[in-house]
Amino acid sequence: MKRSLFLVCLLTLLVLAGGCGKAKTTTTPAATKAQKEPYTIGAILDTSGPAASLGEPERDTLQMVVEELNAKGGIDGHPVELILLDNKSSESEAVLAAKRLVNEDKVLAIIGCSQTGTSLAIVDTVTKAQVPMISVASSAKIVTPPSERRWIFKTTQNNEIVAQKMIAYLKQKGIKDVAVLSVNNAYGRDGAGTFIELAAKNGINVVLHEKFEATDTDMTAQLAKVKASPAKATAVFAIPPAASIVTKNFRDLGLQMPLLHCHGIGNKKFLELAGDAANGVVAPMGKLLVAEQLPDNDPQKQVLLKFIADYQKKYHVRPTTFSGHAYDAFYLLVNAIKQAGPDRAKIRDALEQTTGFVGVSGVFNMSAQDHSGLGEDAMVLVEVKDGKWHLLQ
Amino acid sequence: MGTESQYIQYLLSGLTTGSIYALIALALVVTFNITGIFNLAIGEFVTIGALTAVSLLHAGLPATLSYCIAVLVAGLVGALVERATIHPARNASVLSLIIITIAVSIVLRGAALLIWKTYPYTLPPFVTAPPLRLLGASLVPQSLFILGLAVVAVSLLFIFFEFTYTGKAVRAAMMNQTAARLVGINPGRLSLFAFTFSGAIAALAGIFITPITMATYDMGFMLGLKGFVAAILGGVTNATGAIIGGILLGVLEAFAAGMVSSGLKDAIAMVVMIAVLLTRPTGILGSTRNSA
Repeated sequence: MKRSLFLVCLLTLLVLAGGCGKAKTTTTPAATKAQKEPYTIGAILDTSGPAASLGEPERDTLQMVVEELNAKGGIDGHPVELILLDNKSSESEAVLAAKRLVNEDKVLAIIGCSQTGTSLAIVDTVTKAQVPMISVASSAKIVTPPSERRWIFKTTQNNEIVAQKMIAYLKQKGIKDVAVLSVNNAYGRDGAGTFIELAAKNGINVVLHEKFEATDTDMTAQLAKVKASPAKATAVFAIPPAASIVTKNFRDLGLQMPLLHCHGIGNKKFLELAGDAANGVVAPMGKLLVAEQLPDNDPQKQVLLKFIADYQKKYHVRPTTFSGHAYDAFYLLVNAIKQAGPDRAKIRDALEQTTGFVGVSGVFNMSAQDHSGLGEDAMVLVEVKDGKWHLLQ
Repeated sequence: MGTESQYIQYLLSGLTTGSIYALIALALVVTFNITGIFNLAIGEFVTIGALTAVSLLHAGLPATLSYCIAVLVAGLVGALVERATIHPARNASVLSLIIITIAVSIVLRGAALLIWKTYPYTLPPFVTAPPLRLLGASLVPQSLFILGLAVVAVSLLFIFFEFTYTGKAVRAAMMNQTAARLVGINPGRLSLFAFTFSGAIAALAGIFITPITMATYDMGFMLGLKGFVAAILGGVTNATGAIIGGILLGVLEAFAAGMVSSGLKDAIAMVVMIAVLLTRPTGILGSTRNSA
């Protein structure tokens, strides 16, 4: 009896492992006659399910950069083998994938996941196994507190930078009273919370904080309250379609004050959905969006233009912010492996000591206290004019 | 903006959202009236209508033609769903049939995800005019179209149920299937008609609301749920009740968001539904006659 139970368990495990295996797509080294053994890197991305719009461009980018690197001879002659797993936007799938990469494939490091939730889900597994991990998701929680996140890094701009940029704009315009609207989920809470905290420190009054659901179709009621309040500007923390609907409602109500958004609107979808209503919207953004408009002395400009050109040549679309985060994660890792060799602990140390690394998302200066490594200069303020993004000086 | 115009604004925005809920409730009520079951996949037909219209429009077809085809497609999907899932199980219990519609909604949502991915889409408004100003509040012209559609749809349904032979046959089949069959009414064909027709209404609603609400593959779930609450509020057998229930729910939500807390909006809708079910289980306009 006991024996059959054991067999059933074994079978279940096998089926699970098999199911996981199907999601595997291995990018084999382009240079097939490579003399040295390959270095194996794992990636877990949300390439299907609700977060697919993040995971898909990240997957495309990783496949592109691996090919690019191997064509140039890999890392000191070692080709890089990338094992790409899809977590289907689910936390439990992410953990299964992480266990597989750590125990079976013995990867040197893991890139992923695409969302804050899925990234946090695998933190325990990689920390216990002592594998360096670079997340491409946004929340600062992924890398804080630093004492508990020894093995975890990320390549996205923290919400503090977003809030700093927005507050700098308000100060420059001499605006003291601001209304905050945020989507009622982790994304909105994180962004609005950080902004409100920082506003208080900078002498800016948040006179009103209203929320809406990500699936809401009309935010007029919340905006009517804004209209009745003494606010002189509105700051919104949401992503499309909700962010686009707020913008439309805002114009329909005839509100005249400046409308600020967070970086969540940084894709063409926002402009497409909001149409004319988007004109005049101001938001902090990664530089990728306005790379061509950057001054020539910007340290990132060359990296950005080359990345955009390569990506457009291969995929015939302009890369998004998410592609940029994956690009940075990969080259930060390559850089660290170059210095440290195929040793997980040494790679971690090298990652932590990375300084002055010019990437797509910004210039990275990692330290023991800061595993995200980006400063205020990683973002710029942009304004929408005639349905296009324009760099604000 | 003074307090009064603020209230008028809540009322107007509630009317818009409310007519959306009303249209979906209407589609639910039609199916319920004919087949005695709730088609819980109704929200997905809103999605299919809206997104098919978007795709056709992007493919270069003129707007009116794309909308008509989208409505036809949704009706066809409705017919297909009825023949493939409801008809073979027609002798099963009502509960089983309702569970089948839940399964259908999951399948349709999955298919929509594969076809249209997770991106949001929109349609241009029917007329491009600045928002109307009313005592300091504003209303977008598209809202008037949605309100109009709700009124037209309910009037046509009223005429259909009260004054046409088929309408009467439908009501007879609902009251007593065996007796209706004895006098020559085919309940199987009526069920097919119900699913096709409600699918088309839902798709029409989807096309009308997309310029305001945008459309995503998963828009149907919450809309279906709100439509369900609206139908319960108004009394599940009554088309006029569905309209009143929907508008009441929309207005309540808008006032709740404006005056209490925007975070609690959805909770308030559910609390109202429970309160109505406890005090007046047949809904506000529901007749006392039992649907069983």
